[in-house]
Amino acid sequence: MRNIWTIAKREYRLYFSTPMAYMISFLFFLVLGVLFYSNLLAYSYQQYAPSINIVVGPIVTLFIFVTPAITMRLIAAEQGMGTIELLLTAPVRDWELIVGKWFGGLLFVLTLLAGTLIYPLLLNQLITPGIDQGKLVTSYLGLFLIAASLISLGVAISTLFKNQNAAFFSTLGAVLLLWLLGAPAEASGSIGSNILRYLDFRSHFYNTLYQGVIDLSDLTYYLSLTALFLFLGTIIVETRRWR
Amino acid sequence: MIQVKELTKDYGSRRAIDHISFHANKGEVLGFLGPNGAGKTTTMRILTGFMPPTSGSVKISGYDVIDQSLEVRRIVGYMPESVPLYPDMTIFEYLKFMADLRHLKEVEDCVDEVLEKVDLEERSESYISSLSKGMRQRVGLAQALLHNPEVLILDEPTIGLDPAQIREVRNLIREIGKEHTILLSTHILSEAQQICNRVLIINKGKIVAEDSPEQLQSRLTGAKRVILKVKGDSDNLEMVIKKIPGISSVRGIDAGALEFEIAPGQDVRPEVAKAVVNGGYNLIELRPIGVSLEDIFLQLTRDEPPTLDKVEEGNDA
Repeated sequence: MRNIWTIAKREYRLYFSTPMAYMISFLFFLVLGVLFYSNLLAYSYQQYAPSINIVVGPIVTLFIFVTPAITMRLIAAEQGMGTIELLLTAPVRDWELIVGKWFGGLLFVLTLLAGTLIYPLLLNQLITPGIDQGKLVTSYLGLFLIAASLISLGVAISTLFKNQNAAFFSTLGAVLLLWLLGAPAEASGSIGSNILRYLDFRSHFYNTLYQGVIDLSDLTYYLSLTALFLFLGTIIVETRRWR
Repeated sequence: MIQVKELTKDYGSRRAIDHISFHANKGEVLGFLGPNGAGKTTTMRILTGFMPPTSGSVKISGYDVIDQSLEVRRIVGYMPESVPLYPDMTIFEYLKFMADLRHLKEVEDCVDEVLEKVDLEERSESYISSLSKGMRQRVGLAQALLHNPEVLILDEPTIGLDPAQIREVRNLIREIGKEHTILLSTHILSEAQQICNRVLIINKGKIVAEDSPEQLQSRLTGAKRVILKVKGDSDNLEMVIKKIPGISSVRGIDAGALEFEIAPGQDVRPEVAKAVVNGGYNLIELRPIGVSLEDIFLQLTRDEPPTLDKVEEGNDA
């Protein structure tokens, strides 16, 4: 446990000593702010009270691009610089390394998410009788679960590369694939498409947590996905030793 | 302390190390001498648990590197050849991070102590990216020493250092070697001579010689090579030299310059000088040349029976 914290802490600090993190945060909040403002305008013309979906929706979409940028260096940079040799010869278990890296990345996303809470608070002031607080909780729980699983996917893919850019684009591709898994199943009703529908990344969020509903099967889905990718990442590091 | 038995490592079809066995005792500085690609780094990486061997066994302080990898990693200090460091951390942050991974108590004291050992106390707040190669090397060494390891494995510890730093690091290694077991690799013979109690010469993944540096050198420098230079006319010089008993393998290396070997135990240089002067040549240089590592290698590989190559090919297939 201690090693996980040591590694996570280093990763988290490192984000703030590189321009990358500031660039990610700047773009993230810029896009969110613009969308928030234009959505507010649109709703006020139509004389509807907007829900917090106008904040949460864009965050989820931005995660597609933000999480690969956060995870790309996690293991790939260590392999590029050769510092992986230090970590793998220190008394650290392979899974501790992977989980530590994942946790460091996740902490950074959580920091971003904490920053986004300003929008629901603003919205709460602007509309009467205020925002649906239950929905706020489930939506942010969903955002946390999505981040946890996407970061674990990114860590697993980062273990395959020495080059951060290669890790970025591969992770982006994998995230998009996960995102679009349910699309081909939308029209048909066969068993295969039912499986695809269950595996679809978006539906576990948009159909429930996004609407203010908590369903145990969604929590199970995201948590098992996270565990699976962390496990795969560990296996890749282990097999790397054997090559 | 270190027990290596029949260690073999294949990279795909290429055999990097081939059934090597050796041991190192407590308080011994064991030198690993060999050219690039001989298998030194591979052996060290197996000993430190970075990669597993294809076959064979390694025990460090009684712990098996595969089955008890974590225990081995706890008692081993390792400085990899490329001295990997995090450029975006300060020296202090980096060492503290590595100390935390080793669960050291009183981390800051440990860090201060090793910084003093490698003479970097004043730079502890400098970013690693701003350090010279020599300083990075010392940071790498500090990292390996952090937990006062029973076994220290150093891959080319003095490469990239200036002469003063080389001397410091060698003194440091000798000092540490009194109580700890050190395995270090180098391709500099004089370095091995100065700091090691025992030297293993490794070539093409095999140990070709093992002895104390003094023994090894006297054994290998049995025949002394000498360079002879004359000024001006050098006709028939080779014939004159060849007539002197105890001289072999005479060959011209330049106009007016010759190289030859003197048989062990008989220094015939006075006879050579006399013969040259009596022959009417202008002697300007008569100089024995030291045996370099390359020469030792040439000697060692020359001694190898020719069948070995065939055996190697058979293993590769």
